[in-house]
Amino acid sequence: MSEPIFQIRNLNFWYGKAQALYNVTVPIAPKRTTALIGPSGCGKTTLLRCLNRMNDLIEHAHAEGEVTLHGQDIYAPTVDVVELRKRVGMVFQKSNPFPKSVFDNVAYGLRTQGITKLGVLEDHVERSLRRAALWDEVKDRLDTNALGLSGGQQQRLCIARAIAVEPEVLLMDEPCSALDPIATAKIEELIQDLERFYTMIIVTHNMQQAARVSDFTAFFYLGKLIEFDDTKKIFTNPAMKQTEDYITGRFG
Amino acid sequence: MTLRRKTLDWSGLAFTAGTGAATFMILLMLAIILGNIIWNGAAQMSLRFIFGGTSEGMFDPQRAGIFPMIFGTAALVFLMTIGVVPVGVATAIYLNEYARKQSTLTRVIRAAINNLAGVPSIVFGLFGLGFFVQFVGGGIDRLLFNGHLHYAKPALVWAAATMAALTLPVMIVATEEALRAVPHGLREASLALGATKLETVFKVVLPQALPGILTGAILAIGRGAGEVAPIMFTGVAYYLAHLPKGVTDQFMHLGYHVFVLSTQSPDIERTKPILFGTVLVLLVLTFLLNLSAVLVRARLRAGRVAG
Amino acid sequence: MNDTIQIPARSVGAASSDATAVLGAPPPRTTPKPFSTSLARRHPRRLESLVEKLIFLISLSAILLIFLIFAFVGRESLPVIFGRTDNTRARKPIAVADISHTPRAELALYLGLSETEFATYDVATVQTLVELKAQELAQNSNPDSRMNTTSWRMMFQPYHWFGYNKPEFIWQPVSEVPKYNIVPLIIGSLKATLVALLVSVPFGVGAAIYVSQLANPRWREWIKPAIELLSGIPSVVLGFFALIVMASILQGAFGYASRLNALVAGLALGLAVIPVVFTISEDALSSVPQSYLQAALALGASRQQAAWQVVLPAALPGVFAACVLGFGRAIGETMIVLMASGNATIVSASIFDSCRTLTATIAAELAEVVFGGDHYRILFLLGTLLFAVTFVSNLIGDVVVHRLKTRLEGKG
Repeated sequence: MSEPIFQIRNLNFWYGKAQALYNVTVPIAPKRTTALIGPSGCGKTTLLRCLNRMNDLIEHAHAEGEVTLHGQDIYAPTVDVVELRKRVGMVFQKSNPFPKSVFDNVAYGLRTQGITKLGVLEDHVERSLRRAALWDEVKDRLDTNALGLSGGQQQRLCIARAIAVEPEVLLMDEPCSALDPIATAKIEELIQDLERFYTMIIVTHNMQQAARVSDFTAFFYLGKLIEFDDTKKIFTNPAMKQTEDYITGRFG
Repeated sequence: MTLRRKTLDWSGLAFTAGTGAATFMILLMLAIILGNIIWNGAAQMSLRFIFGGTSEGMFDPQRAGIFPMIFGTAALVFLMTIGVVPVGVATAIYLNEYARKQSTLTRVIRAAINNLAGVPSIVFGLFGLGFFVQFVGGGIDRLLFNGHLHYAKPALVWAAATMAALTLPVMIVATEEALRAVPHGLREASLALGATKLETVFKVVLPQALPGILTGAILAIGRGAGEVAPIMFTGVAYYLAHLPKGVTDQFMHLGYHVFVLSTQSPDIERTKPILFGTVLVLLVLTFLLNLSAVLVRARLRAGRVAG
Repeated sequence: MNDTIQIPARSVGAASSDATAVLGAPPPRTTPKPFSTSLARRHPRRLESLVEKLIFLISLSAILLIFLIFAFVGRESLPVIFGRTDNTRARKPIAVADISHTPRAELALYLGLSETEFATYDVATVQTLVELKAQELAQNSNPDSRMNTTSWRMMFQPYHWFGYNKPEFIWQPVSEVPKYNIVPLIIGSLKATLVALLVSVPFGVGAAIYVSQLANPRWREWIKPAIELLSGIPSVVLGFFALIVMASILQGAFGYASRLNALVAGLALGLAVIPVVFTISEDALSSVPQSYLQAALALGASRQQAAWQVVLPAALPGVFAACVLGFGRAIGETMIVLMASGNATIVSASIFDSCRTLTATIAAELAEVVFGGDHYRILFLLGTLLFAVTFVSNLIGDVVVHRLKTRLEGKG
């Protein structure tokens, strides 16, 4: 068995005085998809945003405990948050393409890394768009404003943008919740393809999606990790009653 | 039981009529003022008037030109903008992107901005005289020119600096509004891609906020072109033989010309056409500026990323 | 999934041990393994932190400006505030022969010059000035010239001047015995401001109520900008309009003696202040939570009743703030009063009389003063006074608006 790429150990998290995560310990397997599921407010998005320290943007939020990426504690004072975010990318619930051209969107992360040669950029952009299954749809309109794309296309563009910087891990915060079923299906297919290249962690409130798409599943409730296991096992034979109740729809 | 109104609601009607009349009368006054000025000033409009100078006399309606005043106003406003836009935008960036919302320093800065907005324009004039002309100008003369008088006198640069101080709150407030309107999701997307905060501000937030910043600059310019009290002792002159050549020169100004013609004209009836003409030009200028600010703001709301 | 599934009792801790069964035990917590590229900060972002520090410093400019304004305007008036000025003009006449025995400071004061100015004069000029002064004093029979007219008492209390019938408040800086009583100016400012408020508050608040509560919502979209257009008119234009157009019409209508007076200036001032009162009141009224309005309407109130009985009281702090800010704007306005108030420094309760405001005084007289002299300093004192008054009124306005916001947000 391989070592986890991310190891979260005894993580506690507070928004001001309100505690949102209680002693969470969970490993993340490399080059696999891990799903975080649970009812609203259970802390799954909070945990996700801890992994690339996006929670740092919130005033009065703080974390205690250990989150290690390849053995390095990402909350250590010597850590450069900007570097971390280049390794751990994120796709948001509501797609947020920049009001720039399709090309400039995907190239944004590359340009901030200092890559400016047009030829190099073009190669990277094409590769990312192909991996995101968007290339065929936009290859003739790379210079048009990204806001002109459909909702599903915009989200795939955000995925392409995120993978353009070649992260190791891709965090996805309910990426399909704002999309119609067809667009959702396309993205779920994409997630399974991208597993070849990236470790994926996906937060979803759609259990069937978690069951379809992930290899491992972590079930959270009220800030605590209730159960973590193979997805197949969680959904066919969960060990905890709470898990079973949630999966069968008794609450949440 | 019928639901029809039984009697007329007299008091309600009176209330609506009263408040409606108040609104109507305000708009009426506005129309009267504008109408009167356009009516009396239009006759004076001619290319010679707008582009001619004062070499043939300032009090002859047939010969007077106001180009030096237009030029002076434009020069003043141009220099003022160079000063106020960077300072205003930087302050707004700090307040909106970096400052902790509840910290004491943030509140002090905001209080200072609010107070600056309320300072009477003549007090700005006194400040311009005491600080810019005498203190800074005097200091420059002592340091660079061995005490010879170059800067320690009323000059275009000091009037522009005074106006920049006066319009700073306008610029800051408009820029902050524009920055706040940028959806937070864009900042998050940029940061999540490994961009630094500064990069996010310059590459994502500012471009998105540009129309709003432009609106702020235009509003500041509108204020700057119309205020007279702050420049009376810091650089404007009633009559100059030639256009200002450098920033240490004095200048003529549309608003000041209106003031002088209104109160110190040798023959008020004869110079009335010139006066109305100058007022009309000044008004057209300020209204064009305000109108373009409104249009830019409207375009901003229409064509940008929605929250 | 059957309902009687057997769930063996396991604790949460056991769940994570399941994870280890799946993935293998997490590596023992030892020193972090060297990763190909560590997460530590690679190149210190010096340029960036420099730029960010610069942005921070620039943002302090507003505070700096307020402080500088207060300092530089106040500084010039400090000698008057501390009672250090003394313009007793008649002293024992100093003979030309005594010039070399007299300290320079005293000579300067005797001649009515500032020390820097005195320093620029050569010996011959000083002699001539002293001779002239001696002649002047010989002709002087005015007992008031022995008095310091720049003291606080003289600035605020009436005085029975030589040649007058009774004690008067007089502002007459350019005179044999300069008189610096500020009271006529304060009264002038208050008169014009009062007229302005009497005009702008009813019209401004009335229009705000109409536009935000009673009128067709579509009208709001063009009425608001139209009234804001009024605020785009430069004050010098309003002053011009009052002077050239309104003054004659009003004189014809009311038949009073002075063509330019507090009424004319106050009306024009009111026009300038209406947009301020209107905009802030309208914002306050529109920010009242819809729930209040809807509750009133659901109880059967008419729109007018709801507006007057529910919305206006709820917005009262904001409307009050609008009036306070309008007051600040009116009292600080210069060009309109300079052009339309007549500029007579008299004390009178009638608004049909000409008046002189603090602001107009500064604007009218600053050009003619001796730099550093008493008149100069007292004009700066007027400026300091104006600054203090608008500072306080702004503070009150802002505190009230802030309280209003937190109150509405707390309940909203």
